[in-house]
Parts: sequence; structure tokens; C-alpha cells
Amino acid sequence: MEFKEFTIKWGMVVDLDKCTGCGACMVACQAENNIAPISKYENFDASNKLRTLTWLLVYKMENGKPFPEHEVAYLPRPCMQCEHPACVPVCPVVATDKNEEGGIVSQIYPRCIGCRYCMAACPYHSRYFNWWDPQFPEGMDKTLTPFTSARPRGVVEKCTFCHHRWNAAKERARKEGVDPMNLPQDWYQPACVSACPAGAITFGDFNNAEHTVGELSKSQYSRRLLAKLHLNPQVYYMSKRPWVLAMLDNYRAGDAHGAEGGQHG
Amino acid sequence: MGLILSLGVGWFVFPQVLYSEKQQPFNFSHPAHVENAGMSCEDCHFFRDDGSYAGYPTLEKCAECHAAPQTDNPDEAKFVAEYVEKGKEVPWLTYQYQPDNVFFSHIAHNAFDCTDCHPDVAKMDKTPTYYQNRLSGYSKQTMKMWQCERCHAENGVSNACFVCHK
Repeated sequence: MEFKEFTIKWGMVVDLDKCTGCGACMVACQAENNIAPISKYENFDASNKLRTLTWLLVYKMENGKPFPEHEVAYLPRPCMQCEHPACVPVCPVVATDKNEEGGIVSQIYPRCIGCRYCMAACPYHSRYFNWWDPQFPEGMDKTLTPFTSARPRGVVEKCTFCHHRWNAAKERARKEGVDPMNLPQDWYQPACVSACPAGAITFGDFNNAEHTVGELSKSQYSRRLLAKLHLNPQVYYMSKRPWVLAMLDNYRAGDAHGAEGGQHG
Repeated sequence: MGLILSLGVGWFVFPQVLYSEKQQPFNFSHPAHVENAGMSCEDCHFFRDDGSYAGYPTLEKCAECHAAPQTDNPDEAKFVAEYVEKGKEVPWLTYQYQPDNVFFSHIAHNAFDCTDCHPDVAKMDKTPTYYQNRLSGYSKQTMKMWQCERCHAENGVSNACFVCHK
């Protein structure tokens, strides 16, 4: 299946050596996108990870060696907005698509029938199913914003790179007479990027020479998650630690495909 | 006879039953503000500095002039008594109200006339009736998705989902 090339290609480069695993990005994401912590039918007990919605999730990685060689890395995982998304062709109702400038994979909730094919197709587990209507503990409903729409029970949702922030940036550009197709890098930044206290996440347009992400993504220390699947995520991870880079391709010692080889047609 | 009755129900009765008629909280006359008070459209309907559209004026803005009734108009008296003095925003009914999952940028459509999409209330002394679809809860007058898509297609603008949806 052929996918379009876009003039703008929004993407992220996450420096895993800078990430401290604090989780500020996750909190910012939940607040920005009106994600309910969990339903009252679960007694607001968010420890049930089969029911929580985490558009951005921080994973912990360990090198498996005993102290003093023991090392830990944290990996924040948004939606990868793949260049060749696995979730899009499987959707029977075209509720998810990759057709807009910027290359962000869209998800239209009223159109979604909740079949969850896309969740099965996504190798990054970036998609989440609403088992319940969103409910917020008392007082928390006051933090809701009108910028992201509410998702009812029975539909799939995922990270959109805070797409509404891009819309806002384009409105600002039109007001100030700036070309909306050539925004300065800091005008459009997703909530997780703004919130990161370590500055580990860089966000911008890969095709814009004035944005720093293009350069960073070409670094010898940059990799994409599960690169051997050739979905070509628009999210890159950087690390100078070889064991971290090896793990990004799901490498395990003795794996038939290995860190470098292995091609699934 | 049965056919005529069925057609009558389908063409005349059902469309009237489907929509409930609502009136604005009180009558608002644009000509009274523009012609008599000499205000311009942008005094109330303007773009904010960040490019977003202000839409309706806030109660604070209205109260700049209407802290106390200026005429003996009963609608103005109602506005001052029920909203200004109680500090309550007016729950205007929006004829073009769009669902929660629609993103519409006014500034991106600035080249069009307001009345290409909105009823020409600027010339109306009486606020028009608001028709609400009893099933969907949406306004009868609001722009439908096919209308947005057709205009985008005719003008060569993208019809990708995320252009209008959020």
C-alpha cells in the first residue's frame, strides 16, 4: 500500500540518555488530551493497566547486568505516526487515516466502530480502547479543555502529536502573517515536549532545514523502534549506549533475527 | 388516499416534529447597535492576538455600556436584570453550532463573507428562531459535513480528516 509524501513531516527525536523517566510527559499528555484516569466502575483504580488509557507511556529498560554494571534507560512511547502505518490499511471504516499534511495519523472517534483491528496491527501498542465512558473524579472535570474532543465508550484512541496545538499555531501564523506551512519550530510543540524537564524530546518538521529534528534523526546514534518491520516511524530515539540501541529493535541474545539482520517481507 | 396521507406525513408533519423551536434568551438587535450606537462589527466579533476567534462578546464587554438600562426596551431591561446584575453569561443559541469533534478556524476562512455561512443577523431587528433537531440535538441551520467537503473540494483544499476534526 502506497502512502503519500508530505511537504511537512512532523516528528520527534527522543534522547534516551537525557530521559530520567520522571513521567512528566505522561501527566502532561493526560491533562492536555482530556484522558480520564479510569472509570468509576474500576473504582478509579488506575493500577489495572488493561483498562487505563496512556497515549504516551514510559517504558523501563534494563541491561540485565548485576551491579556495578547495571544500567537503566527509560523510553517514552507516543504514537509513532509511521510513514507506512500498519493500523491504517486494516481499518474497515476509514476511521484512521494518514492523509493530512504533516503526516500525523488521524483518528476520528465518531467514525470508529471499535473493532480494534488497528490495535492488533500496531506493533507499538500505541492504541487504546475505551472500555468505559470517560469519567473524572470530582474536581478533575474542571481541568478539561475544549481542544480535544471527548471519546465515548467503544472507540479506539491514540496520540495525535497534540494535533490541536498545530491548528492553534496555524491560526497564530495567519494572524501574524507568517506562512502556516513554514512555522518556526517552537510554535508547535506537543504537550509532552513542553513538559519534559530534561529537554529529552525534540519536536519539529523533518523536511524543514531550520528545524533541528532532521539533523538529529540522521545522527549515527539515532534509531527507530522495531526498524526491521519497515513501518518507518516518525519518532526517533537517540542513545550513545549500544545496549539501548540494540534493544530498540527488540533484540534478545539468541534471537534468530539479531540486532542488525532479519527481514520480514 | 393512503399514499397522500403518507406523503403528507413524510413531507410536512415529520420535518416539523423533528425540530423543536427555540428562541434566544432575549431579543438582540444588531441594527440598533450598528446604526443607532455606531458600533462596528469588530468591536464585538474580533480575532484575538493568538489568531483564535472571539465569537460572542463576553458579558463584561456588554456591561461596559449596559451596566444600567439605556433605553426603555423590555429586552434590554431583561438582559440587565437577569444577566448583568447576576454576573451570568448569556446562553446564546448558536445557529452554526458544530459538534465537539469539529475544529473550525475562522481566520483560515477570512477571505469569505460572514454571511456565506452565517444568517445575515446584522440586518435583522429580531433574532431568528433556532431549530434544534430533537434526535441529534444539533441546530438545523448548522453547516453539514458534506457542505464543508464540497467547498473544500471546489477550492482545491485538502479534505483530510484532521483538517477539520479533532
